[in-house]
Amino acid sequence: MKVMWFHLMPYQDLPVDFKDKHNSVWVDIDPKLYDPVAGHRLYNEYIDELVYADKVGFDGICVNEHHANAYGLMPSPNLIASTLARETKNAAVCVMGNSVALYNPPTRVAEEMAMLDCISGGRLIAGFPVGTPMDTCYAYGQNPSNLRERYYEGIDFVMRAWREEKPFSYNGRFNQQRYVNAWPRPIQKPNPPVWIPGGGSVETWDLCAKNSFVYASLSYFGHQASKVSLAGFWNAMKERKKERNPFQAAFLQFVGVGENRKEAMDLYRESADYFYGRCLHTDPSYANPPGYTTEATVRARVGSQVMQAAEASRRRVRQDTSDIFDAGHVVIGSPDEVADKLRAVCKEMHVGHLMLLLHYGNMSAQLTRYNTDLFAKKVLPQIKDLFENEWEDKWWPTGMPAVTEVRAPMGAAAE
Amino acid sequence: MSSYKETFVSTQLGKVRVWEKGRGKRVGFFAGVGGLPKWTPFLDRLSENYRVIAPALPGFPGGPSSEPLDGPLDWVLAVGDAFDAAGLDGGDLIGASIGGALAMEVAAIWPGSVRKLVLISPFGLFEEAAPVADIFAQPPNRMVDVLSAKPAELGAYYKDPDGANAGDWEVQTLNANIAAAAIIWPLGDTRIAKRLGRIGADTLLVWGDGDKVIPQSYAKRFAAGLGGKSKTQIIKGAGHMAEFDQPNAVAKAVSAFLG
Repeated sequence: MKVMWFHLMPYQDLPVDFKDKHNSVWVDIDPKLYDPVAGHRLYNEYIDELVYADKVGFDGICVNEHHANAYGLMPSPNLIASTLARETKNAAVCVMGNSVALYNPPTRVAEEMAMLDCISGGRLIAGFPVGTPMDTCYAYGQNPSNLRERYYEGIDFVMRAWREEKPFSYNGRFNQQRYVNAWPRPIQKPNPPVWIPGGGSVETWDLCAKNSFVYASLSYFGHQASKVSLAGFWNAMKERKKERNPFQAAFLQFVGVGENRKEAMDLYRESADYFYGRCLHTDPSYANPPGYTTEATVRARVGSQVMQAAEASRRRVRQDTSDIFDAGHVVIGSPDEVADKLRAVCKEMHVGHLMLLLHYGNMSAQLTRYNTDLFAKKVLPQIKDLFENEWEDKWWPTGMPAVTEVRAPMGAAAE
Repeated sequence: MSSYKETFVSTQLGKVRVWEKGRGKRVGFFAGVGGLPKWTPFLDRLSENYRVIAPALPGFPGGPSSEPLDGPLDWVLAVGDAFDAAGLDGGDLIGASIGGALAMEVAAIWPGSVRKLVLISPFGLFEEAAPVADIFAQPPNRMVDVLSAKPAELGAYYKDPDGANAGDWEVQTLNANIAAAAIIWPLGDTRIAKRLGRIGADTLLVWGDGDKVIPQSYAKRFAAGLGGKSKTQIIKGAGHMAEFDQPNAVAKAVSAFLG
């Protein structure tokens, strides 16, 4: 199994009465709450944490994209990833954004991701989220009526920009370009592995199943919520008679490791409360612009009691944060307890890529280091072997190509 | 409510449902947010004096899918086709809310096609100092609160009458809202300001006194831009969907104007 260290990069100084005095952590959050001097400290602290994860043996480090959002300070994940590409040597650099529908032309995404692949030496994982409604339709004003079509076209555009061997013209519904010619080119051929974050849309399951992309269930509500999304994905795979390779799936889980469960609860309670209480204080008015949820997904939800139950459970958690640990939104305990739990849920959901949030909310650098160290030393060795002997991970970065011949120096052309 | 006639006419985009009732002068109706999932008391009142003809617009209940429409040109042609196919050329036209934005396009682009124009709180302009509300950014299932002075009644109007086809009704509402978003996202400014001067038809502007979506001050802005004569009538006890909230008063005002 590949185990990855994911950072959301939350702002840590939201006031205690944030929920009462402010409408939402997203879209209309008061700009006055942001202190750039604190921002300086946080960015550097957070980048250090990702670099450290590489040093202590995590297989990958992950960043993502949010806009006008106080729990995700990476409007441009590529900026952070470029630093990581330089400062790390081994870990896959997993960029769980770019929301390709937001970039016009999408050439920019093809170029920047190719740059990251070159700088990192073929360690890029290219994530293409459609983006949340808050990020895309509200913070970036995209029209929800065609967001998904624009997104699919954007992915197609970028894939062609990486794969075509000559400059080409693109005559799409939303993008018309006479010359598409992405320079530089990615190291990984024909393209870096593509991962798609999903949250239970029927279309995303089909997109991944059809194109052999990794389906990554990114829920803040742990394996209970991901179970539903991943079951939907595996069902879509089955319908297409595709191989059930666990490495075509990923899922996100908050984790807090302590010497024992009691210590872990004491240590991580505050950070978890900060995240679930303040960071997830979003205005539901921004959650469902027309078209973001499609007809197919609406019909699936109307017809599926499992999906309705999952949604009801998510809604409950937003109201009441007392059962964050019991409900498994954050998996906590001793190293052995955490390892057992993670092995069990990864097996159950058949997932070969585990994305971990070992930092959340207002967790201090010191506690983050403690959580990371304990996980790396005592949990990682217990779960790494899962699926590795039975399945090949075809969605992991290839790194630099093996050198098979020495190129003749420039100017010494063959006669 | 007595019965109305339902027919389907062909357009390039697809089949268009047309509802019709009454005798006399032809009066077209382009509905607003949500379209016409059911016949309404307003159309009933109006049909006492006129031949009321309501073609379903793309994406709205009874209309062809709006999915293929990419931009304003596609929209205007599709709406123009529905207008023609419903036999409205040369008649009077009422457009409410989003339907008002589209009615203005028809009147501006085919100036001879509309005799008299009625606009009920139309979308189309945006002023930063007095912004149009974001009708989509409302608490779940509470869009009705911003649309109407009688939100409970409007909520009931949008619902599946016998509860047997809740999924289909949900999808119908979703598609209507997708079409609305295609036209007015994100600000409601359709750039009609550039074309208002082409509208030579006499125009009645109708506004609910409790419109929470488009400030009443917009009536003056529309009036100032229109190429023809216009007058404005404010309806008491009405929100954005004045024709839903006060069907009798709006029908009376419209009848007085159309003659």
